[in-house]
Amino acid sequence: MSEILRRDPRKEWIARNRLHPQHLEVLAELGGGAASEWVGPNGLVRRNPHVVGFMGPNGLKRIDRSGVQQGAGGGGAAKAATQSKPLVEIESPAFLVAVVPDMAGGRLTGHDRDLLGLARQLADADPAAPGAVLAVIFGEHKEDGFAEAGIDRLLHLDGPDVEGFAPEARLGALVAAEEAWTPRHWLIPDSKLGGADLGRRLAARLGERPATGVWQIEASAEADLGWSCTARGAAGTLDIQRSLPRFALALAECAEPVSDTRHAASELTLPQALPAQLSRIEDLGQVAVDPAGVALSEAEFILSAGNGVRDWDGFHHAAEVLGATEGASRVAVDDGFMARNRQVGATGTWVTARVYVAVGISGAIQHLQGIQSCDKVVAINMDPGCDMIKRADLAVIGDSAKVLEALVALVEQAREEKRNAA
Amino acid sequence: MTVLVSVGRHPVTGRSRRADQDARGVELARTLPGAEIGLLHAGRLDEGNEAALRGYLGMGFDALTLIEQPESSDALPALAEALKAAPPQLVIAGERAEQGEGSGLLPYLLAERLGWPLVSGLAAVEEVSGGVATVLQALPRGQRRRLKVRLPAIVTVDAAAPAPRQSAFGPAQRGRLEVSEAPVAADVEMAEWQFKPARKRPKRLKIVKAASARDRFKAAAAKAEGGGGQVLTDVTAEQGAAAVYKLLKEEGVLR
Ligand SMILES: Cc1cc2nc3c(=O)[nH]c(=O)nc-3n(C[C@H](O)[C@H](O)[C@H](O)COP(=O)(O)OP(=O)(O)OC[C@H]3O[C@@H](n4cnc5c(N)ncnc54)[C@H](O)[C@@H]3O)c2cc1C
Repeated sequence: MSEILRRDPRKEWIARNRLHPQHLEVLAELGGGAASEWVGPNGLVRRNPHVVGFMGPNGLKRIDRSGVQQGAGGGGAAKAATQSKPLVEIESPAFLVAVVPDMAGGRLTGHDRDLLGLARQLADADPAAPGAVLAVIFGEHKEDGFAEAGIDRLLHLDGPDVEGFAPEARLGALVAAEEAWTPRHWLIPDSKLGGADLGRRLAARLGERPATGVWQIEASAEADLGWSCTARGAAGTLDIQRSLPRFALALAECAEPVSDTRHAASELTLPQALPAQLSRIEDLGQVAVDPAGVALSEAEFILSAGNGVRDWDGFHHAAEVLGATEGASRVAVDDGFMARNRQVGATGTWVTARVYVAVGISGAIQHLQGIQSCDKVVAINMDPGCDMIKRADLAVIGDSAKVLEALVALVEQAREEKRNAA
Repeated sequence: MTVLVSVGRHPVTGRSRRADQDARGVELARTLPGAEIGLLHAGRLDEGNEAALRGYLGMGFDALTLIEQPESSDALPALAEALKAAPPQLVIAGERAEQGEGSGLLPYLLAERLGWPLVSGLAAVEEVSGGVATVLQALPRGQRRRLKVRLPAIVTVDAAAPAPRQSAFGPAQRGRLEVSEAPVAADVEMAEWQFKPARKRPKRLKIVKAASARDRFKAAAAKAEGGGGQVLTDVTAEQGAAAVYKLLKEEGVLR
């Protein structure tokens, strides 16, 4: 659609003239949204004060008495001010800072972003000779914010041999990257998601002593690379001050993530194809664990019930079929339908699930606090206006029992088809 | 098989004790029927350390091999030589030590030096047969992964491995510490570092970057907002379920 605002002076004039016979029609047309004034059933003029006015540039509500301004949106002038961040391009970097993000679930984790922030600190320290941040990622991903996360160069290695738990193949790829570009720094998350393992393997293979558990870096003239770091040692009871080596495994919140620039994130490829490797470790895949045995605070997938659930047997059955850990709102717990240790929220457990399905939960602030760090929230609710819907990435308006039943049927059908195909 | 054990440090009192993860490693070895288990430690022998090491003997062992090394020396060459001299099928180690640098690098360096495969963070060893071990690796969020690894191999133990049994006092006192000698490699680099008790890490502040006061106020007073979530109104239960199913599939949480 065209962005140009077309004005019709005649209509504006009619809109200002309350006695004009077409006044109301024109107002509705210009306002686009809800009318602020109409004739009620008894002939009285009704006003809705909430839809009058617009937000002025200073954040104060303004009312335009001319009559042009109708409806919450304001006469078409409210354009989503898409702030585009400045693009930073580094054509010929003086050096490279390599980062190997975990990419849990195919996306950059918070830890990865912190690490990229740290990498930017290292790369941008000297404006005369800026470095570039190289990210090496493995396998398929769903991330589209590489540029905003501060990545200049991206090496994406795909293929069946780096999928799953393949430390030897991944290590081979990283060694190839080291040989091809010899980055000045290697930063790897010291996390259970795989970074801690891969980083130690890489350092051991290349025979360099890494710093582990790094949580702070400072510029330092004495150190070889110009930086010193503080790292946690002895199971988190010691702080070790040392110069920053080439390889660093850093903890979460080691730096602020990049927030106000965009970067090129241009794709690189390795100069040579990776040699096929004979792996001594074979991945037999994930094992089904009992979801009820997983602690709520670390469950990956939670199906949570609130006051809107009536059919409790159906709910438990759905959780079992979906393989989800069960959660509950406080009302469901207080009413005795769920155990106290299943309560999610301010006075219950703060959950970190990647996918949180809220069934019949209105989304009181005490409940929403508990799901702040969830990635994807799905709401199944009757009330389209409730707060949970505003939080949710996907909301289905409907009766919880019916939707759950249909979902269970779908999952079972898909499993059946898979079994028949196999 | 051999379990590498170290001297731990109690997190509250600071006294030396058997290290928690190493004790779990010993327990893991104990779960395997018919395994011949040796305990190996490289380090200094003094009163405190001896009490801690005897803690492992109290888990049902007659002897523990101790390679004597001065404090702050690199245990890697001594351990590598000992393992090379009498190669076991499986070496079990903790993920990281409770004292010193505690970087968790030792198993990796050992694996690199011996040329053995390494699997980290085990919850259980299911089977050892025919030169192959089937193991369960602990993943975050309570998940498990089954792996097969060619022996000889080095594995490290996760906190999800079975909790160690109590150490019995009598057997602990009766057990023998078999002391042996090995060449000493000093850790030069570590001597340059400064060690301090861990400082509390500063809490991250929520920084709102906004051009105008209005945006800052809005950010501070904002209620949870979906930011463009998809809302399906007027759909049948089947359509709604299909949309939810699609999202669950995309996120890969359905098995
Ligand atoms: C100090 C304090 C601490 C608290 N701490 C917590 C906490 O930690 N955790 C917590 O959860 N709460 C907590 N609460 C309570 C919280 O304020 C809410 O009362 C509670 O979360 C509401 O639970 P609910 O959403 O299940 O119920 P309701 O608010 O009753 O919501 C039920 C929802 O289900 C929908 N619904 C009804 N029938 C159906 C149907 N058939 N199909 C689909 N949807 C349907 C309704 O539209 C409604 O949105 C706390 C309160 C206080 C005062």
